Amino acid sequence: MPQAAANKKRPKYLNLTALLFEIRLPLAGWVSILHRISGALMFVATLWLLFMLDRSLASEREFEFVRHYLGLVPVKLALLVLIWAYCHHFCAGIRFLLLETQRGWDKPTARLTSIIVLVAGLALTVLFGAKLW
Amino acid sequence: MVSRIVVGAHYGWRDWLAQRVTAVVMALYSVILAAVLLRRAPIDYGVWRELFAQGWMRVATLLFAVSVAWHMWIGVRDILMDYVKPVGLRLALQVFVVLTVAGYLGWTVQILWR
Repeated sequence: MPQAAANKKRPKYLNLTALLFEIRLPLAGWVSILHRISGALMFVATLWLLFMLDRSLASEREFEFVRHYLGLVPVKLALLVLIWAYCHHFCAGIRFLLLETQRGWDKPTARLTSIIVLVAGLALTVLFGAKLW
Repeated sequence: MVSRIVVGAHYGWRDWLAQRVTAVVMALYSVILAAVLLRRAPIDYGVWRELFAQGWMRVATLLFAVSVAWHMWIGVRDILMDYVKPVGLRLALQVFVVLTVAGYLGWTVQILWR
């Protein structure tokens, strides 16, 4: 083991290649960074969602326009991404709240809850996606 | 009397708490809305309009929107504080975020009470 440590190149600098291919995030790290990414995504997308809410409540003709618009494949895909963002953010947030009440701090539990959050986010996306279409 | 504490370990406490309280409000609203929509499905214009014409729904949606706005501000500000180091750029982006969030909220009120 000391030999392996000695063979590692030091210092290690952070660059894009290192971030993308060399540093492997633990599962809890993925939950966390996806919580951020999904949050930032929803901040931007709120403009679009409000636009659709506005139009859908304006008149029957505009409601039908929004419905038709939501039927377009690229729009469906974009909405699906946002549904995932909401569901992941929701599940990861609950996990963070539990961690703050000092539950699930040991490594196996933390790993398990990370997997649950990642899977639940995707499963709920599939569920709501299927309901919408 | 001015009794502000500008140093120490407590000035993030209010934001920390607000982030959690707003999260709970949004979670409750999400579950209620999902239940209502699933029960009323399929949603046509009549159902949709009638839903948002009800007083409780408008107020609940307003509480949700206020929570979203507050939560969004704290969340995006934290992201900016972590990744944007030049002070001037960070300030500019934070001002942009505040204005955007305030605009979202104003628009929501306009949609709800048209």
